[in-house]
Amino acid sequence: MDNQQGQDQAATLKAVAEGIKQPVSLVSKMKEAWADVPLGKLALLGLGLLLWWPMYSRLVPFSEWVTYNVFRIPPGTHLAEAVAFFFLDVPKVFMLLVLVVFGVGMLRSFFTPERTRGILAGKREILGDFMAAGLGVVTPFCSCSAVPLFIGFVEAGIPIGVTFAFLISAPMVNEIALVLLFGLFGWRIALIYLSMGLAIAILSGIVIGRLNMERQVEDWVYEIRMGPTPAHLQRLSFMERIDYGLNQVKEIVGKVWFYIILGIGAGAAIHGYVPEGFLAALMGRQAWWSVPAAVILGAPLYSNAAGIIPVVQALLGKGAALGTVLAFMMSIIGISFPEIVILRKVLKPKLIAVFVGVVTVGITIVGFIFNAIM
Amino acid sequence: MKKLQILGPGCPKCTELAKRTEAAAKAAGGDFEVEKVSDLSKIMAFGVMMTPALVVDGEVKVVGQVPSVEEIKKMIA
Repeated sequence: MDNQQGQDQAATLKAVAEGIKQPVSLVSKMKEAWADVPLGKLALLGLGLLLWWPMYSRLVPFSEWVTYNVFRIPPGTHLAEAVAFFFLDVPKVFMLLVLVVFGVGMLRSFFTPERTRGILAGKREILGDFMAAGLGVVTPFCSCSAVPLFIGFVEAGIPIGVTFAFLISAPMVNEIALVLLFGLFGWRIALIYLSMGLAIAILSGIVIGRLNMERQVEDWVYEIRMGPTPAHLQRLSFMERIDYGLNQVKEIVGKVWFYIILGIGAGAAIHGYVPEGFLAALMGRQAWWSVPAAVILGAPLYSNAAGIIPVVQALLGKGAALGTVLAFMMSIIGISFPEIVILRKVLKPKLIAVFVGVVTVGITIVGFIFNAIM
Repeated sequence: MKKLQILGPGCPKCTELAKRTEAAAKAAGGDFEVEKVSDLSKIMAFGVMMTPALVVDGEVKVVGQVPSVEEIKKMIA
């Protein structure tokens, strides 16, 4: 009897203990799930985002403080103008760059080239050209991947013209350029740049599509058979997307910071020392030849968008016409020598020439149009 | 023995990935065979359109990115 009672008691105790253990194990399960989420990282990220605007909105007084109080340069001199320009633009451009590259990086984690290829496969010429140009803006693209991407598109049966619409739009309508233009000049010029870039990509795609260039692709390209896309790479968790964005910041800022400082330095010198209206005669609207001249001058030059925009800003401030300056910029970032060398592996010289020619003419035409209507 | 393949036609990022993969393989200490694949038809056969890419025993682990040595160590473990 006693024994029986003892056993009952033990069973009850055990049940109670298990009852207590149950919620504990639930809590520990939640803890386990949270352990995978790096809270410190998220908190730091949130803090950074919160502080971004208060810092960004105080950059003008900051640049004046550095110029007049730290360096003690008398106001109104050429040197003061140049130095203030430099210390305003460097932090401004870097802050915009970090924010935008992070945001776009997260956005891009949704648009892999494999997905873009899937969307474009089976689309007809004109519609495909429009879609390819649009997707070129959001799909991650690096000129070093231009060749596998080209082959992948061709292998999926995407028409040459549509493939080129993508290949032209991807480097030319650059998210870095877009946001820098937005930050430094406002939404109007950013929008003009976006529509100009898309228009050139679409028109070039249509023209190249009409020229029946299929035989101008190296023959071995058509023999390549692509394997199925590894499916697990398409699914990312939210944290993985954040990491992707942060990696992009590290990679892109690490790559372009030097060009930016160089570009802003050149911009600052122009801003401080070149007299107002000096460029009006040379790059102004009246000088019709300035658009083709700017495009031809820009084609062999190669820089990334981040480095060229501070120069654009300075040129505009000195009386250069918007269409001319944007044409100059697009020619620099849209026609790049390294990319052409890489594409030569898959394209015969004739198609390379057509590609460069069509893009050059496209940029020139759009430059003229903007000078005429603005 | 695990087979590690680095897919890339020889861009700077591909070289960097190869370097880090070798470092990770050394640090992990296991039995690894590291191979660089630069032939485009072989790269494309993996269904990869962005280079560089890292393949472990035939499975594509990373595309278009260069992970850190620590991250690679986890992928090849």
